[in-house]
Amino acid sequence: MTNGGQSLQGWGFVTPALLWTIAFFVVPFLVMGAMSLATLEGRTLIWGVSLSNYAEIAEKAYIWRAFLVSLEITLTVTVVSVLLAYPLAWIIAFRVPAEWQRLALLLAVLPFWTSYVVRSYAWLLVLAREGMINQAMLGIGLISEPITLANTRFATVTGFVHFFVMLLTLTIYANLIQLSPNYRRAAMDLGASAFQTFRYVILPLTLPGVVTGAFLTFVLCIGDYVTPQILGGNSELTVPQVIMVQLGRRADFPLASALAIALMAIVTLAYIFSARWLRLDRL
Amino acid sequence: MRVLPWLYFVLAFAFIYLPVGTLVLFSFQDGILPVPPFNGPSLRWYSEVAADDDLISALANSLLIATASSAVAVVLGFCAAYGLARHVLPGSVFMRGLLIAPLTVSYLIIGLGLLIVLTRAGLGLSLLTVAIGHVVINLPLAFAIIYASMGAQQQNAERAARDLGAGEAQVVWLVTVPMVLPAIAAAFFLSVTFSWDEFIIAFLLTRFDVTLPVEIWSLLRSGLSPRLNAVGSLVFLVSVTAVILLELFVFRKRRP
Repeated sequence: MTNGGQSLQGWGFVTPALLWTIAFFVVPFLVMGAMSLATLEGRTLIWGVSLSNYAEIAEKAYIWRAFLVSLEITLTVTVVSVLLAYPLAWIIAFRVPAEWQRLALLLAVLPFWTSYVVRSYAWLLVLAREGMINQAMLGIGLISEPITLANTRFATVTGFVHFFVMLLTLTIYANLIQLSPNYRRAAMDLGASAFQTFRYVILPLTLPGVVTGAFLTFVLCIGDYVTPQILGGNSELTVPQVIMVQLGRRADFPLASALAIALMAIVTLAYIFSARWLRLDRL
Repeated sequence: MRVLPWLYFVLAFAFIYLPVGTLVLFSFQDGILPVPPFNGPSLRWYSEVAADDDLISALANSLLIATASSAVAVVLGFCAAYGLARHVLPGSVFMRGLLIAPLTVSYLIIGLGLLIVLTRAGLGLSLLTVAIGHVVINLPLAFAIIYASMGAQQQNAERAARDLGAGEAQVVWLVTVPMVLPAIAAAFFLSVTFSWDEFIIAFLLTRFDVTLPVEIWSLLRSGLSPRLNAVGSLVFLVSVTAVILLELFVFRKRRP
């Protein structure tokens, strides 16, 4: 068989997937980009090159505030999730006996597979005025009347942290288990305390994995509509919520597109910022 | 010091299982509110779910979309992986990047782009459009998983088959596919769980026939109800079954 024939066959295999990606991902994305430069007059769409949608994002307080809210929530969630997940991954990797590790890990991430609408709803049950937490705290006399937990930023952050702790435990565990035990042994033999071993040996070695997980958390968290909508309610709006508002009531596709592009710009910035440590192939 | 890690371990598991545990427990509630105190157990909400035609048809839609879109994603992903792993093509790095690219974009933005194009093109929204969207999000995953599994040892077997006179179709179907079957199965199960759970694309791209997460979403508007707990528990059960099947039949076998 000639080389030309080989490569023709190769194209035959690759082309369907490429066409699918181009037709249903690249083209929609380009159209969305063009849409973000169009304007809406009344109900008629006028194509053109106008930056008025982007100007609107900068001018309208309820929109740019949503960017601040999204960033605050996402950064909080990312930091808290990493801090909670690292010890759990550590315990599973170094304290749980080897033959139980796989089971412990599987169980630790099983609720990860709950549908995310259902997961947020489940948190609503826990955090509601009549819910588990309030009832428990009332029961032991910690509070005298139910406190508002649902429909707050606390609820949104809790729902997110729950999800990402599972994801990060998985990625950090995968990194910890790859480390040769010799590193720890050598550090200990040289007189390092447990903390020093962690600080100067284990942490630097696992940092790329942690940053990769944190980046993934950032991307998924900042783009999510469901969790803030169900758990945060309308106490404050995140960017995805503002996008959905444009789509619903006002059918303002140009503004929604501009918001989506701005959101992607933030993700790109986060990528550039963390690119030094990112190992996307290590996931 | 010895106790502290285990205390953390237990607390972490309590946190992880608190919502799901509450969800499942109060799906057996004998009352109209899924909050303490717990009365029961009762199966009345499950029988109510079974009698709800909207929910049952949404469930059927979800199963259909999950299996159909995953099958398409896996077939396209396998072919692309085979083409790129076995043939020297110009621009292959770029093509790999292009195929993986949708993974880096949030589902909301993918859904928004598709919504704009479909409405501009005058195409109606239906289960088909949701399935198209789900192939877009699962194709990169299927491609990446199957591509990673295509190593040199299969290439030798393929070459041997060719030397023995097998045509390209025979090589792919009788040699390559059986050898990377674990990866194909992993890609398929993962796609099914992602599609089964996916909300925002399904929400944006359906109109009358909806999937289960979208139906649950509309039920949510009427507030807490043990009926929602029952549906949620069932959805969880399906996902967990898929994950356990994946663990038992795909990953376990691969271990030496």
